[in-house]
Order: sequence, then structure tokens, then C-alpha cells
Amino acid sequence: MAILTKNFEKKSSYTMGVYEQGGGYKALKKAISEMKPGQIVEEVMKSNLRGRGGAGFPTGKKWSFIPKDSPKPKYLTVNADEGEPGTFKDRPLMEQDPHAVIEGSIITCYAVDIHTAFIYVRGEYAKSIQRLRDAINEAYASKYLGENILGSSFGLDMVVHRGAGAYICGEETGLLESLEGKKGQPRMKPPFPAIVGAFQGPTVINNVETMAAIPHIITNGGEWFNNLGAPGVGGGVKLYSISGHVKRPGVYELPMGTTLKEIIYEHAGGIRGEKKLKAVIPGGSSAPVLTADEIDVKMDFDSLAAIKTMLGSGAIIVMDEDTCMVKALKVLMKFYAHESCGKCTPCREGTGWMARIISRIHRGEGEISDLDTILSISNTINGKTLCPLGQAAIGPAISFITKFRGEFENYIRRGSN
Amino acid sequence: MVKFSDRTMEKFKSVVSKYPKKDAALLPTLWLAQQEFSAITPEVEEYVAELVGVSPVRVQEVRTFYTMYTPKPLGKYHLQLCTNIGCMLLGAEDILAHLKGRLGINVGETTSDGKFTLSTAECLGHCGTAPVIRINDDFHENLTGESLDKILGSLK
Repeated sequence: MAILTKNFEKKSSYTMGVYEQGGGYKALKKAISEMKPGQIVEEVMKSNLRGRGGAGFPTGKKWSFIPKDSPKPKYLTVNADEGEPGTFKDRPLMEQDPHAVIEGSIITCYAVDIHTAFIYVRGEYAKSIQRLRDAINEAYASKYLGENILGSSFGLDMVVHRGAGAYICGEETGLLESLEGKKGQPRMKPPFPAIVGAFQGPTVINNVETMAAIPHIITNGGEWFNNLGAPGVGGGVKLYSISGHVKRPGVYELPMGTTLKEIIYEHAGGIRGEKKLKAVIPGGSSAPVLTADEIDVKMDFDSLAAIKTMLGSGAIIVMDEDTCMVKALKVLMKFYAHESCGKCTPCREGTGWMARIISRIHRGEGEISDLDTILSISNTINGKTLCPLGQAAIGPAISFITKFRGEFENYIRRGSN
Repeated sequence: MVKFSDRTMEKFKSVVSKYPKKDAALLPTLWLAQQEFSAITPEVEEYVAELVGVSPVRVQEVRTFYTMYTPKPLGKYHLQLCTNIGCMLLGAEDILAHLKGRLGINVGETTSDGKFTLSTAECLGHCGTAPVIRINDDFHENLTGESLDKILGSLK
């Protein structure tokens, strides 16, 4: 299936000429000349498009929360701070098809009456930043940005904001703080960004992949997009990033709700070296891990929530039978401890303790009771932090230890794997 | 005293004009400063603070929060090896050992000729082509010891 990825293989796919040749900016023309903002929101609601950053909030509904009569300027912030370990699907969109992201963003702003948009890109993605900046310049030259877009009274400015290395800025309120030139420490909610967001104004925050889907929804209709999802699931197409011990890692565009088994064994070619599958993280490192006998599950928000994990960013990390789960968890815990912003005590202290304890176990100096200590720390973090980072850290901690407890205990007894 | 070149000052003015508040331009201004002065020293922090109209401590707070601003100049080539889960599963540890051996330095150090600084990084978003290393702004994917030797050899 090639909808969001349809331009990826074209030569110079990132230029205005190639994008327009493939039908680019026709959706924007349709939106501005034939549709009222309210109709666009309605179409997006019909599409059943849910936020592709990880939380899966219905996009049309999110837009509808923006007050229509705000005295303060409203903003769109595109979250391109792709940092969830295992995720690499927004980068190809920005590098290969930046105009799709831009066109979707312009349509979003038209629908919600926004006149300033920021694209917050993680600092390491230098090529994405350059491609977006060049594409934005082209869009200004073609009158798709600036004042009186396509001869209408609608105007929009778009700015690329470069992050500087902080996972927490992928959290929407951390991102807003960072955009305002501060440490990226999340804010208390409520008020939600839709009411008080960037620069105190109502703000829509959408993921890159979400934005790239918008032009297709406008061109072909919300119902069409919804029907692209798996039968009984809907919600369109999804970019799944798959990595780890598979034969063909990469980004696959598939119907929302394709089974995890099909993605691993058909699309990604199965496990390298014909080894057995041991474990899979289905939605980025924060999603609780699944065992090999749990992969007959549809990869959509609700199906994964039903088995107590999550779709998150749709990043599948595959681990074969030789993987040391102690080491894998150590790497993840070190990550969360490093990225905790320090604002909430349970997360700041808890992630640090968990990282130190699991490192001690990995060095062969652990005790069986350490496992329960990690679970107890997880329990202390659970639900007691302002943002989801603490929650993200305990997802792997609890699931690794409970689902692979035997392996952890053996490792501790032997002092190695 | 540090001071932006005329060209960078023009860039700074253009950046500031894009934000509703001057101090929102702090991150992009730190980027400009890092490019111009190679590092964000305390002196640079004070200069940036004056430019965007905030206290020096606010600049230091921001500079230290983000991993990509450096307080001291790095080697000509900054090697940042991802060691997070995707790269770990495919051998990043071996690559790291190989790098340390070849360069004779530890993580966080710079070779005596000032050519290479070695760092490890959290997930760099290239897990489908792991293991990956970021050298300055460029990514090198599907690393092996051999391919890495070739890459390092080509850096003058």
C-alpha cells in the first residue's frame, strides 16, 4: 500500500515540482476553494484518524477543542521530535516528502483558523530540517504560504524550530516550553494546550504522520481513509517502523490493524538466521513487551490496549531467542533515567534507582529481591507524574520483569546470562 | 569579548522576527552561537543572554538541559554512536569497543590531535539500519567494524 509513502521512491521527491506532478497541493486548492473550515474538521472526524505520535487522540476532535473566538493568536505545532526508541517513520516523511507534511499543516491551519505554524524537529535530524526549510521556501514562492494563500483571505506563516537533544520535548507541553526558549519541562494539565498552549494561545499539536495524512483525506474523503484500515478496525493506513532481529527491517505502510505476526513474518521476512522469536515491543520502547505467543494481535490502538500494551508510535522492536532480557532492560532504564527532565520526584528519583539496580543485576551483583524493588518503585511512579515519561519507564520495567521473571532470576543466581 | 559576525547577526535578526516573543529565539540563537564560536562558554552564555533579553542563568539552564549544546569545543569530527535498544540488539557494543580501541580514547574524550570526539547517544531514529553513528550532521548506517574503519579513514 502506498499512500503516505507514494512519493518516497521518486527522484527529487522532496521538491515542489515532483510533488505537484504527483497531484500535490491539489488538496489544499480543494480545501480553500470548495470547503468551509467546519467541513474539513468533519471530514477528518469521519476518517477516524487518530494521532500518530503515540497517544492516538482523534485528530478531528482535537481540532474541535480550539476556541473559535480566541482573542489570543492560535498556533499549530507539528511534533517532529521523533525520539521514541524504535521509531523512524517521521524522518522519511520529512526527508522524502516534506511538502506532504507542509500541505497537511496548511490545511489544518485553514480548518482551525491558525495563522502561525511551527514544526518542531529534533536537533539531530539535520537533513529533515534542511528539506523542510527548502520546501517551505518553495511553498512561499508558490503562494501556498504567506498572505492571501491561493488568492483567498487566508494567510499562514510556517517556521522550522530545531530542538537540541531532549526526548522529553516529544511530550507536547515539554515541546511548548522548548519552543518558548526554555528547558523542556512539561506543564501541568489542565489547562490543555488546546486552550492555553504556545505563547499562552490555543494550540493544536499534531504529529508529522498525522499531518501527512490530511491531504489524502481531503482529496478522497474521510470515509475512504477510514476504510483503508483493517476490516472492523478502520482508521486508515499506518507507518510501522520495524527493527531488531528481523530479516527486512524498515518502514512499512499497512492498514491500521494489520496483525503483528503478519508484519514480522510476512513484511519484515521473519527472524534473522531462522532463530525463534523471544519478545516484541509493539509500539516504541515505552510499550510493555509482548512474548512470542502474544503476537497474534491487531496493531491498532484499541486491540493493543486490550492486552495491556500500546500502539504508541507503531515502532516494533523484535528480539530473538538469544536476546538477554536483563541487558535489554538495562539499556531502556538507562535511557529513561537519562531523559527524565527532573521536575517530578517519583520519575526523577525512580528512573535513576531503576537504572542503577538493573545495572547492578547486569554486573552480576544483583539479588532476587531487587526485582520486587523495581516493581515497587514502578508502583510509586505509576500515576504520580505530570507527564507520561514516568509511565513510559515503568511499562518496560514491569512487563520485562513479570513476563520474563524466570530469566531474570536465573541471571541473578548465576551472575550472568 | 565575543560578538557575532555581521552575517550571523543578520541571521539572528531574521530568526528573532519569526517568534512572537524575543526570548523564544533562545534555542536557535544558541545554535547560531555554537556554529560561530564552536562552544557555549560562560562568556557566550552572557552574550546570548544579552541578545535575547534574558538573564545569563536562564541561558545556562537551557544550555545544560539539552545534550547538543557543548560547553567546550569538540574534535573536528564528533562521533556519536547510538547505544539504545535497536542498535544494541545489532551489535552497537562491539562497535563501541572497536571505536575505543582504534581511537585510544573513552566516551566523552577527544583524541590528542583534536580530530575525533567520541560520544554515545540515545536513539537516533535510524533503527531500521542499525547500528548507526552520527558524525557531525551525517548518519552512517548498517555499521560493521570494517565499514567504520573505512568511514574514519576517509575523514581528513
